[in-house]
Parts: sequence; C-alpha cells; structure tokens
Amino acid sequence: MSALLSEDFTFIVQGITGREAVNLTRECLDYGSKVVGGVTPGRKGREVHGVPVFDTVEQVTESLGYVPDGSVVTVPPAFTKDAVFEAIARGIKLVVIVTERIPRRDVAEMVELADRNGARIIGPNCLGVIVPEVCKMGGIGGPAKDAAKAYTPGPIGVMSRSGGMTTEISSTLTAAGLGQSTAISIGGDAIIGSTYAELMPLFEADTRTDGIVIYTEPGGRMEAQLSAWVAENDSRLPIVAFMAGRFMDSEEMQGMSFGHAGTIVEGKEDTATDKIARLEAAGIPVVERIDEIPDAVKDKLGARV
Amino acid sequence: MRFYEYESRRIVERAGIPVTKYGFCTTADEARRVAEDIGGPVVIKSQVLTGGRMKAGGVKFADTPDEAAEHAAAILELEINGHMPKGVLVDPKADVAQEYYAGVVWDGTRKCPLMLFSDMGGIDIEEVAEKHPDHVGRGHLSNLIDPPDFRAKEVISHTGVTGSELARATPILARLARLMRDYDMTLAEINPLARLADGSFVALDAHMEMENEARPRQKAVLEDLGVAPDDLREPYEPSEFERNVKAIDSADHRGVIQGKDHGFSGNLGLVIGAGGGSLTLTDAVRSQGGRPANYTEIGGNPSVSKACGLAKEVLKKDGVEKIAVMMSIVSNTRVDIVARGVIKACLELGRDPAETVAVFRIPGAWEEEGEKILRSYGVEYCHRSVSMWEAAGRAVAKIQGVPA
Repeated sequence: MSALLSEDFTFIVQGITGREAVNLTRECLDYGSKVVGGVTPGRKGREVHGVPVFDTVEQVTESLGYVPDGSVVTVPPAFTKDAVFEAIARGIKLVVIVTERIPRRDVAEMVELADRNGARIIGPNCLGVIVPEVCKMGGIGGPAKDAAKAYTPGPIGVMSRSGGMTTEISSTLTAAGLGQSTAISIGGDAIIGSTYAELMPLFEADTRTDGIVIYTEPGGRMEAQLSAWVAENDSRLPIVAFMAGRFMDSEEMQGMSFGHAGTIVEGKEDTATDKIARLEAAGIPVVERIDEIPDAVKDKLGARV
Repeated sequence: MRFYEYESRRIVERAGIPVTKYGFCTTADEARRVAEDIGGPVVIKSQVLTGGRMKAGGVKFADTPDEAAEHAAAILELEINGHMPKGVLVDPKADVAQEYYAGVVWDGTRKCPLMLFSDMGGIDIEEVAEKHPDHVGRGHLSNLIDPPDFRAKEVISHTGVTGSELARATPILARLARLMRDYDMTLAEINPLARLADGSFVALDAHMEMENEARPRQKAVLEDLGVAPDDLREPYEPSEFERNVKAIDSADHRGVIQGKDHGFSGNLGLVIGAGGGSLTLTDAVRSQGGRPANYTEIGGNPSVSKACGLAKEVLKKDGVEKIAVMMSIVSNTRVDIVARGVIKACLELGRDPAETVAVFRIPGAWEEEGEKILRSYGVEYCHRSVSMWEAAGRAVAKIQGVPA
C-alpha cells in the first residue's frame, strides 16, 4: 500500500473530452491506471480511448455499479467548483483538480465540502499523483514512456508546489538510485486541497516510505505549517527541502509575483529567507541545488539507521 | 488587484456600510466645488496605490474651499513612492469620538476568511496585534454559509466593546465579510472605522484588494467603478519587453509565454520555462555569478513562432550578449519545437546560433528530434544528466569567457 493510490485504484476524468483531458486519459491508460469512466455534459455515449463518456457522475456510478475511488477534474475555472461538488456528492473520496486560475473562494468552498464528506482534494493547479509502476492519476510525468524514465519505485515520498519540478526531482532521485513511493504535485495556488503537513500522516502510515523530499517556493504559510507539524509530531520520516525563488527576496523584486499564483509574498514571514530559517530550525535541511537532494536524503536516511 | 481609496469607499457604500459625503476630483476646481458643497473643514487625500501618504504630504486639511483647491493642486502634482496620484479625495473633516479597525482577510492555513476587529483603529493592525493583543478580536468564517451577524458580534465583543457601540458595529463587520466574499476580495479593510460624536459609525478610509483570477466574474462591479479590463494595477509600468511578450502570447493560443524584466539588467537573456523551473533556474544563474537580463516562463506547448517570438524579444533587449534556453524535464512542451523557435530567432536576427545560445537544456518530450536540430547548428544540447544547476553554470561560464 502506498499513500493515496493502489493497484486497484479506479478513477474517472471530469471534462474528459477536452484536448488536454484526452491526452491525459491516454497517458494514464498507457501507464496501467484504471480509468473507468469520463464525464462531459451533453456527450453521453461517446468514448475517449475506449473509456465511456457520461453526462453526469451519477450515470457513471450507475453504469459501473460502484463508486470509483477518484476523479481528475479538468474543466474550465468557472465550472470547476460545480464539477468537484458533483464528485463529492456522489461519494468520490479523492479529487485531483488540474484546472488553473480558480478564484480562492471557490477553492475554499470545495475544500470545506470535501472535509465535511471525508473526501480529499489535491490541487488545484497541479499535475496529479503517481505511484511508480502502479498508478498515475493526472498528467504527472507526461506520456507513460516519459513517466517511466523519471519515476521508479522506491522509498522516497515527493511533494511539490510545482508540477514540472515533481518530475525533475524524481528523475534526479531515480538517477541516484533512490526510487519514489508516491510523488504528489500538490498545486501552486495560495489555497490548495492538501498541504505538506496535511499529507504527512499518509506518508507516515505508508510502510514503503522512508523519507520525504519537498519542493517549496516563497509565498504562503505551508512551510511554516510543516515546520510546526514536525515539531509537534515525532515523525519517523526525515525530510529534505529545496527552495526555489530566492531571487524574489532582493529589493528590486518587492511586490512582484513569479511562477505560481501562490508565490505572492504578503508579509516578511513568507519570504524564501524566512522559510529556509524556519525549515532548518525544524531539522529540515534546505538545499540550494536540485542535484544536492540525493546526497542530503542519503545523509538523513543514514542518520536514522 | 488593489483599489484606490475612492473606489474602495464606493464598494463599501454598495455593501450598505455608511461612508462620509466624499468627492473624488481630478482638478483643483472640482476640489473647490466639492469643498463648497460639504460646507465646512475638509481633508484632501491623494489617491495613489501606495502607503505612506500622510508622511509624504499627500494628506492635507483645509478650512475654506479656496484652501482646499490650493492643497488639491499641490497634491495632484505630488509623486509618492514613484506613483503619481489618480486624483484627490475631498472628505468632510469628521467629528470623531473613537476610531476602530474592521477587516476580513484570508487565513491560508485554515483555508477560510478571518474577521478582525480592534477598538484601536487608525494605526497598523499588525502593530496593534503585536503590542496590544487583547485589543484585537478574531473569528473564522465558514466558506459554505452566509457570514452570520453573530460571528461579527462575537469578534467585536472579544475587544470588550459593548452597549450601543456593539449593536452598531456588528452589521458593519458582517457586511464587510459578505462584501469580501461576494466581490472575491483577498483583503477588505476599513481603517479607521469611526464613531462620530452623535454615536453613528462611518468608514473614514477603506482598503480593498480583489483576486485577479476573479476579475472575469466581477465584471459588473469593475465596470461600475470604471476599471478598464486592461487596467492591471501592476506595481510598476510594464516595459516594452513585457508588452511585446504579452502581445506575442495573446496572438496565438498554443502554449503560454510570459516575460518580465522589471528589476533585471544583466547580459544573459533567459528563455526558460515552467513556473517552478523558471524560479529554480533564475536562482541557479544568479547564485553562480550570472546576471540575468530578464525572466520568462514557457508553459504548455507553444508553436515554433511563439517560441521564436519570445527568443527574439529576449535577444533584442539592450545588453543581452547570449541566451540560455533551459527548462526542467518537460512532458507537455516539445523540445524540438522550442529548439526550432530559438534557432529561427537567431537566424532572423542575423546571429550565429552556436555563438548566441550559451546553453540549451530542455530534457523530455521529443528530445531526440530537438537534439538533432540543435546539433546541426552547432548548439550544445544538455540531457537530463546535466542538472539545472550545472546548465546554468555553463551558461554563466560561457558569457564570462567573452571579452568585454
């Protein structure tokens, strides 16, 4: 068992007939994932790479005779909230939201509804989740053959605010002989469904995970929350962090945002410098280079033995 | 996006929160007329999107309409922190008994709005929270129900406010919370919220910021305020480079490119991509002594002409000697298409690709094809085995090897 996904994990794609969604479906099927249905209102009766398309999530569950485990939501921002509400209302417990540029209020509403229904949201503005050689849920890693190059099974859990960097980091770990238990692109927005600290208990409970690597950025309080979680919980898992966007601390960059919507620095506590200090105080080394990650992880794993 | 004070007051007014009889003016004559209408002492306030107005001389008091016109004329010419005012606000000088603070912000960790209230208004709320924590009331709101009055009442009561003041302030804070949600604000603040000598409450200043992602669905209120769709309220004026990149991006729906050069002035042009990858690579260049001329983000799968357009804009920038083309491992963006675009840009500007492209490090989809194209023009291609740090380092070394 890994964090979030297993071999029997079934999921649907909401917005499956969109251009990106069609690609994503192909990639997931090629990787061996069980994509059991798709939803696009008004397109009932079609197929996308052999996956049947329905008008509603309700129709999917009726046709299957069971509720699928997850849904990948890739619909335009104005319709995302309704799609996610629909998935949660029909009993789906894991929702990956790919869509970008969703207003914060909608995200907060979706997350609160998920909490009340025992469901979990990953994203928005993310590439999804992958358990190497088991299941890929979302565009993470790209086509199956590319995903197989970057991701290999192993003991490291990866969480990243950047979708692309999830793959870069995993590829670097793979090259150093460190495979991944589960890699999660958590999303680049100011408010997301699952933060590092909120996902830590899942990795903690996953016997295949021995260590964690996170990719972090300026903006928000997610890293402070993780530092606090580490201080309050006697975790068995060592963590190594990489911080991008240090240049945003310089005087001439004040008030500007780069990269993701969530990188807007709103106070002195969410600058790169402050975050690095906080993480290191919690015993989480912050490396300056991606290629330093494997050695830092090996150091940490060695120290635990 | 941030609103001017006069816009924020209009938003507050729309939400049913009492404001003074203020006027927004763009000339000294208008300011005189508004002051005449008000018929008593007035305050003239510069309308700029920056703090520190008072200190900079952007807020002045006047006893007569002539004096108001005189101050308005001076303030309209006064630059504050590099910003010229959009106009002045002429406000009656209120007979204030006490000042309060009312605000609603996002709590990102709890993922819901947070109401704040203080009976020590008129100063920075963070300062009050630090020095007089017992004078700040707080309360979270559910995202799924209408912000209820009782939550506002609880928050205000935490500061010890009671009696008719509590009864009068409660609907104001509750309405502010509803406004914050209804208009997709990231910040909604009234500071100071004043209790006048007659016991009534009135918003004397307001600060509102709307989430950019919500602008499409807030068209009605933005139109009503006269905010044009292209008025992005950036903290600085976009440069020629930034405007050109934006134009290239919007001319073609395939892929997304963004460019910024505000605050950059180096000799190494960056054609880099993906949100996190661009942050990582900009750091890697700077940490190894390189001086980036700009910042870019390539996302999705841009066309050859789009990649070419971006590379050209970077190359045309003053002082750019070479460009570094780098991304983290791509799955959506095609390596060969970016390679074609970059080569095309060099050739069209009469530059030798082998000399101009300091490094090309984009591993991933269609990399074999990309490598072939690059090699035929003598450009070195870096595989994923060359780390982002090493690729940035090679680019820096190459540019430093060129005699000045």
